[in-house]
Amino acid sequence: MRYLGLLYFTFLLFTTASLWAKPITICESCEIKSISEGVKRAVDFDTLLVKKGTYKEFNIIIDKPLTLIGDNYPIIDGEKKGEIIRIISDDVTVDGFFIINVGTSYTTDYAAIRVVKSDNFLIQNVVLEKLFFGIYLEKSNYGKVYHNKIIGDAKDEYNSGNGIQLWYSHHVEVSSNIVQGARDGIYLEFSDNITINNNKSTGNLRYGLHFMFSDNDIYTNNLFEDNGAGVAVMFSKGIIMKGNTFRKNWGTASFGVLLKEINDAEISDNTFEENTIGINIEGSNRIDYIGNNFINNGWAVKVLGACYANSFKGNNFMYNSFDISYDGKLNDNIFDGNYWSDYTGYDLDKNGIGDVPYRPVKLFSYIVNKTPESIVLLRSLFMDIIDFSEKVSPVFTPDNLLDANPLMTKVE
Amino acid sequence: MIHIENLQKKFGKNIVLSDLDLIIEKPGVFAILGPNGSGKTTLIKSVLGMVVPDKGNISVMGKPIKKNFKYRKKIDYLPQIANFPGNLKVYELIRMIKDLRQSPSDEERLIQLFKLEPFLDKKLSTLSGGTKQKVNIVMAFMFNSPLLILDEPTTGLDPASLIHLKNLIREQKEMNKTVLITSHIMQFVAEVSDIIVYLLEGNIYFKGSIEELKTKTGQTDLEHAIAAIAIEPAHV
Amino acid sequence: MFKILKYSFYDLIRSRWSYVYFLFYLLLGFVLLFLNNDVSKAIITLMNVIIILVPLISTIFGIMYFYNSKEFTELLLAQPVKRSSIFLGQYLGVAGSLTLSLVLGLGIPFVLYGLFKSDAIFDFSLLLVTGAFLTLIFTVLAFNIALSNENKIKGFGYAVLLWLFMAVIYDGLFLMSLIIFKQYPLDSFSLGATIFNPIDLSRTLILLKLDISALLGYTGAVFKKFFGTDQGLFVSIFMLIFWTVLPIWRLVFVSRKKDF
Repeated sequence: MRYLGLLYFTFLLFTTASLWAKPITICESCEIKSISEGVKRAVDFDTLLVKKGTYKEFNIIIDKPLTLIGDNYPIIDGEKKGEIIRIISDDVTVDGFFIINVGTSYTTDYAAIRVVKSDNFLIQNVVLEKLFFGIYLEKSNYGKVYHNKIIGDAKDEYNSGNGIQLWYSHHVEVSSNIVQGARDGIYLEFSDNITINNNKSTGNLRYGLHFMFSDNDIYTNNLFEDNGAGVAVMFSKGIIMKGNTFRKNWGTASFGVLLKEINDAEISDNTFEENTIGINIEGSNRIDYIGNNFINNGWAVKVLGACYANSFKGNNFMYNSFDISYDGKLNDNIFDGNYWSDYTGYDLDKNGIGDVPYRPVKLFSYIVNKTPESIVLLRSLFMDIIDFSEKVSPVFTPDNLLDANPLMTKVE
Repeated sequence: MIHIENLQKKFGKNIVLSDLDLIIEKPGVFAILGPNGSGKTTLIKSVLGMVVPDKGNISVMGKPIKKNFKYRKKIDYLPQIANFPGNLKVYELIRMIKDLRQSPSDEERLIQLFKLEPFLDKKLSTLSGGTKQKVNIVMAFMFNSPLLILDEPTTGLDPASLIHLKNLIREQKEMNKTVLITSHIMQFVAEVSDIIVYLLEGNIYFKGSIEELKTKTGQTDLEHAIAAIAIEPAHV
Repeated sequence: MFKILKYSFYDLIRSRWSYVYFLFYLLLGFVLLFLNNDVSKAIITLMNVIIILVPLISTIFGIMYFYNSKEFTELLLAQPVKRSSIFLGQYLGVAGSLTLSLVLGLGIPFVLYGLFKSDAIFDFSLLLVTGAFLTLIFTVLAFNIALSNENKIKGFGYAVLLWLFMAVIYDGLFLMSLIIFKQYPLDSFSLGATIFNPIDLSRTLILLKLDISALLGYTGAVFKKFFGTDQGLFVSIFMLIFWTVLPIWRLVFVSRKKDF
């Protein structure tokens, strides 16, 4: 609904603006040769049409409600001198630019486009390259960042910036963006009620998505692949993560998702594939994990510290080196009605549920936690033998950690 | 033909051959005799290169056999125990040996001689001991090699086949070949051999014709003569 | 040598056991693929089979063949054939027919299933290559044992012991030493220990494909270099070749000195 409303709003903006005034055209051979000049000359709700060409400008400050439209992707080249566009007015649209060469600084977070304390913004169809920070929203609400492509070349964490950053910004929609090669693909801090969907955040230096102290946010259908450490969700509550794909986050302490101090969340229908750790859960409570696919991960789920009232239902655990690793007590967490590809039980009454419970924690996983080098003994006959004996009579692993109703076929 | 110098072989602590010298120059049938465990088979196997000597040199046809295997093309060997790969059929075995040696052969005549035709298509594991020995003989005689080594050739043969065997050996002699034989059947030895080589305690105790042996021991028949030298080693 | 190989091979492909072995793999392949309908699961199960069963069967087959073909060997020794050719030929005959049974037995169901269209082809080929190496290695180890032991019962016992040691006991000792010495840096040691057991080595090679995500979870720099780059693959394959060549060399060397 909100999406439709925004569209309608933009549409209205366009039509009313064009009713009032003809668009101001900016091009190399025009009367107005620079964007800054155009902004200066424009009045509220004007449209600036920027023709194809290269504009060597930085510190373009948009201080009135304007619509900037790039015709066939004009290039704005900041020549690494600093920030390129700063929006300090409500109701600004930036659409269809190719922005390159943002200045790098250790003291100021220069961004390609920064929105400061302004509402109702729309940033779309923008391509950013050679950047420091990409799109930086600062205390700005009710806007939309849609269909942008941000391609960074971050090498070190200390001199690189985030692709899309939200700071104290609420009710923002971030959708259909492509972010790669930044420090964090998308970074949220103190930002509530954000919708993040259909983005592709890949190959970022640190996290595909990084998330702190931000409540009631929704992520759907995003792809996070090949990021330094996956997606980190910390110190937040009321999060819904649905239909996302987390893939190929490989490395020491690398994970699909890190949940740290997260309460009351729903994680459903996501796919975790080929991550060193699918979900790393630390001190998180009351989370429902439903209908997720954990495929070919090192550890599908690793639970650390005190976690309460988490429930895993109807998930598929397939071909993970380890399904569950647990370093404490089971507490009141529940595993029920999941499909486990390692399950070897039978279903005599043909109700689709295995007749003997499945124990997802192996003794070997316990040994690997204590002696990490022993990972090289994975899938050896010796380990299979001691895992089997542990299965028969649990000594080291929590004996109540089991799925009493393991499914015989996987959940579609 | 065969020059053996200083041949020495131990199996563990057990000295089987000690400083054995043997020269066989001229063609003829040489019977290598001796009591059980006197080293006959070891001597033969040393010549064949199946046993690796601890010391000493062996030359066959003027060439040392060490690190050499081609000289075996000049030798036909009939092993003591006719053990063959059981999975093979008789004709396959013969074909295989022919294939390995790549020499002209006349197995047809020998197969007819020993009436082996009905067995050609049988697996070796199904044959009787005597039939196996006939196959063994066919394989030893089918090539035209200048040197033949026959280890207990008479084992398990019926009288008719024994006669064929003797004829075959005589044939070889007429063809001026050298034949080495070991046997416990003295009658057979007396019939076919020219020279007796008598082994005792790992060395050659006597080498000469049957007549010389009889004269030396003062016995009239070979069996007693052999028994006599074995009992009275003082008669040198 | 090729003639001997040819005859050994002939002999073996007519023996019942080669067919049993071949049919076993054929059946296994079909059951795994067509009853389960899950290539990934099939590959994991196959890996367990290959790691454990291939060495066992190769060892037993190798030692049985060596003892059973004693007569054949003696027959050949009197022929104008090099000793090394006799043993190498026989060895390659056994190892070759076992490998063929393995590759065809598993290959046929997988090809019928349409493996060439799936992206599991690389995993599967790696599995077969590893299986082939294990066959080569354990057959030659068995030949070595047989060559050094005239006594069949003893030789057979040693061979089974060898398998048991490599497949189970070694890893148990390995794990115990990891736990006992855990306060020391152990990543070089554990990689080294892996390399000195061909079963572990093969397992590692397959782990590199199947469980790379888990392997990369460990912190050690040596590990990271080994598993994170192509180094692991190359070192493992090189060591497998080494494990094949060294016992073959010993086989040739010892056979040259042996009396028959």
